[in-house]
Amino acid sequence: MTLRDVINKLLGRQPASANTAKERLQLVLAHDRSDLNPELLQQMRREILEVVSRYVEIDLEEGDVTLETEDRVTALVANLPIRRAKLPPPPAEAAPALEANANS
Amino acid sequence: MAAASTRYILICSGKGGVGKTTLTANLGIALAKQGARTAVLDADFGLRNLDLLLGLENRIVYTAQEVLSESCRLEQALVKHKQEPNLALLPAGNPRMLEWLQPEDMQKIAAMLGEHFDYVLIDAPAGIEGGFKNAMAAAREAIVVTTPEVSAVRDADRVIGLLNSEGVKPIQLVLNRVRPKMMANQEMLAVSDVTDILALPLLGLVLEDEQVIVSTNRGEPLTLNGNGSPAARAYTNVARRLQGEDVPLIDPSKERQGIRATIGRLMQTKLF
Repeated sequence: MTLRDVINKLLGRQPASANTAKERLQLVLAHDRSDLNPELLQQMRREILEVVSRYVEIDLEEGDVTLETEDRVTALVANLPIRRAKLPPPPAEAAPALEANANS
Repeated sequence: MAAASTRYILICSGKGGVGKTTLTANLGIALAKQGARTAVLDADFGLRNLDLLLGLENRIVYTAQEVLSESCRLEQALVKHKQEPNLALLPAGNPRMLEWLQPEDMQKIAAMLGEHFDYVLIDAPAGIEGGFKNAMAAAREAIVVTTPEVSAVRDADRVIGLLNSEGVKPIQLVLNRVRPKMMANQEMLAVSDVTDILALPLLGLVLEDEQVIVSTNRGEPLTLNGNGSPAARAYTNVARRLQGEDVPLIDPSKERQGIRATIGRLMQTKLF
């Protein structure tokens, strides 16, 4: 935050627009560069949350999966605050294999 | 001149009206003045304007079209600049050429120019469609022109993506129409914002300058007559940097002087 931002805030004026421009550009370019449409991104976000929540209890309100871009490289960034690990941890697919081993 | 050492430079932007053709004209004249044999190729067949900015519109006899169809020799189509004979224009042909022109045609023209010139500057059309792709095929390196506005930067990013995928490099950036006062007030994207977002090295920084309009009215690029206006100096410096000279970039915040500028700088100080 700059001195100008503070003064603008005190006077109840709109913040300077350059920063808004930068943030909007970064967001739109992350999408342009990845060629992912919003619908697909939304679906991916849902599935990621689904997988992660199988293992740990996550804070869905605070969690976020977004595209970020730096130096022309786009990254999928997931920020998922963990409330607690789920017990018992072994995933559903692994369980039959264990059983089979025990029998042999 | 062996074609191997000729530099084929695409001047492009994606968005229209950001200053591609103005840069091509001024850069062409500046390079020619510095002793480099320079050809400017108008690859904007739909909306050609390079002839007008160079003041050569009345001297066109043949165009790239006749050269390609071999109804004239390259030398006959080239329009040499009277005051700056190191510079020649190859005019764009009829807009109907767009129907049949292929990337190979542009490569052929560029190679022919390479026989006679040190620099071949290719003025690309706006957009990212066929016309742009034809122009890109003729180039080895590129200068992307943009202004500090969201739409221009976004379009520049698309173009950079295409240049990267075609292996055109190096790609350098010219930031045009910079307004120091608006930047100081943080009402315009900062130079570092644009270079960070596009991740390109800055080849030049051109301040908004009314003299550009005056010069286009006359068909005499600013770099032609040693005009000392801010844009003229900026274009000349772009040419010097292209030639490998180490010329420092201007700092827009230092371009303004007096108490208002000092206050402006103070207001930009990061507090937290």
